[in-house]
Amino acid sequence: MELLLASAVGVLTACGIYLILRQRTFPVIIGLSLLSYAVNVFLFATGRLALNMPPVLRYHATDYTDPLPQALVLTAIVISFGMTAVVVMIALSAYLSARNDRIDMDVDDTYDDEQDATPGANTGTNTEGDA
Amino acid sequence: MSHLIILPIVLPAILAPFIIMAIRFHLDLQRIFSLAGTVALVGITVALMAQATTGDIAVYDLGNWPAPFGIVLVLDRLSALMIVLTALLALAVLLYVIGTGWDARGRHFHALFQFQLMGVMGAFLTGDAFNLFVFFEVLLIASYGLIIHGGGARRLRAGVQYVVYNLLGSTLFLFALGTLYAVTGTLNMADLAERVAALPADETALLRVGAVLLLLVFAIKAAVLPLHFWLPASYANAPMPVAALFAIMTKVGAYSILRMYTLVFGPDVAVTSGLVGDWLLPAALLTLAAGTLGILGARKVGKLVAFAAIASMGTLLIAISLFTPQATGAALYYVIHSTFATALMFLIADLICARRGGAITYTPPMAQSGLIAALFFAGAIAMAGMPPLSGFIGKLLVMDASRAEPLMTVIWAVILISSLVMVVGFARAGSLIFWKAYDPTLATDGGDDTQDDEAPDTPARPAALPFVAVFALLAGLVALTVFSGPVSRYTDKTAAQLFDPGLYIDAVLKGGTP
Repeated sequence: MELLLASAVGVLTACGIYLILRQRTFPVIIGLSLLSYAVNVFLFATGRLALNMPPVLRYHATDYTDPLPQALVLTAIVISFGMTAVVVMIALSAYLSARNDRIDMDVDDTYDDEQDATPGANTGTNTEGDA
Repeated sequence: MSHLIILPIVLPAILAPFIIMAIRFHLDLQRIFSLAGTVALVGITVALMAQATTGDIAVYDLGNWPAPFGIVLVLDRLSALMIVLTALLALAVLLYVIGTGWDARGRHFHALFQFQLMGVMGAFLTGDAFNLFVFFEVLLIASYGLIIHGGGARRLRAGVQYVVYNLLGSTLFLFALGTLYAVTGTLNMADLAERVAALPADETALLRVGAVLLLLVFAIKAAVLPLHFWLPASYANAPMPVAALFAIMTKVGAYSILRMYTLVFGPDVAVTSGLVGDWLLPAALLTLAAGTLGILGARKVGKLVAFAAIASMGTLLIAISLFTPQATGAALYYVIHSTFATALMFLIADLICARRGGAITYTPPMAQSGLIAALFFAGAIAMAGMPPLSGFIGKLLVMDASRAEPLMTVIWAVILISSLVMVVGFARAGSLIFWKAYDPTLATDGGDDTQDDEAPDTPARPAALPFVAVFALLAGLVALTVFSGPVSRYTDKTAAQLFDPGLYIDAVLKGGTP
């Protein structure tokens, strides 16, 4: 069980980091979600792994599992859910206003803020190959 | 138990939903309530500071749960200093925003502003590591809204980068907290400090991992060199007044480093001694150098000031990373200076951008050129640390505190050379922006250029309120210079309190509430 959980955290983190290094917003957001799953599982395990134990003390229970990480995970889930919604909305409006979902900035920043980037202006490093 | 401590968090937390729900379509009412709330916040925080000046550490048990079980708010000298700084900065920025009409360029500015204040105040006051994470998220989610305020493709893309980078930071924060909890079984800072100190030496490998992870998180917030990449693009493309408010956000990172690594992983704790300072000092020196080079290479005013902000964080973190009471006192003095100076420069940058665009090149003369040039000159002097203003005193204190260090020559060299390069960079930018406009060989027909696209936002009659806000920040810097004696006495006492973590632990765990 320890091995299963540890490798799950590891694989989720690795996939998440790989996806975050992409240049388009969609894979990056998926990567962030995977990372937040990884951290939730990790937080769950910080109270030690236990099977079939109550999270609260009862009179007849001999042992109990730590309830605090479960509360922390709940908070972390809520926060990461909200954050994902925000990043999706911001990425969507960035895409709609620039007609382009690249995540890196243009190399050239000499032009004025007002005349914003047109799709043709992205000639900097436009050679990425994630199809 | 006085309820005053929680008021800086509760007041914006009530005001923000009220603004959204009740008066979302009435900009004037929003301005009135937001301004009134911020003025009240200044009053509350000053009252709290007066309470903290006595040296007592006040503890507020949320829900009346005793300390290691419930969440506590703790008010010591450091927290009091930071919340007063936040409230004063917020007031100046809010005046500027109202004066320039930035809040009318998008929706919900005032609600987001109040949520931002709530997050910052909470982060400075909390005594619980997980609660610190929650308040980080509150201030971040408000900042996501503020940084894309007004919209525009470039700003939105910079916003996406900022959000993604900070979400990564949040994930790292959770990993760090999970690791600390797994080792110690607590997240209350005072309780953490006790348990870390009592941990047997052969069980500390995981704890050191947690400590370094946590340092990385705070270094992201404080824009320390290898992790500073989010700052220039985000701040330069954000609305400049918002960037001015964010001058306090990098300080949240610096505050967290100072708090965690004096209280929990303090210099006396054997398992982590030398772990943090040895890494942080070179990183801080590099941060200062990189920020300075950025000033020299910036081609837009926003970038210029963003790199100046990075450089001032570098100086600040040099002082913090020494982890001696004298250096920390100097660092706290520099925190006040750096916050005001960075915000001042961002507001001046906005004055420039509104009149002639942000590019550091030749343009025809702009409105109020002389006044803004004088302000830019004063701000640049403060930022670079030249004699009359408080930046000079701050740097002097930092250098004086590093006199006994083995790396003293390196520290002094980096600080002094970077000051010189900063002066050159600011002089270059200032002369291009303000003086080149009057160059007779270039000004062929300046008359009709200014009218259509060069100065899109210049009002017919300049509003007075933005200048009031800018001069208020400048007055803050002058006051910091004039009253540097009392201020540095306060910061020295704060540092002494920080380096006696027993006071904090006793106040929280043994209920030493006044």
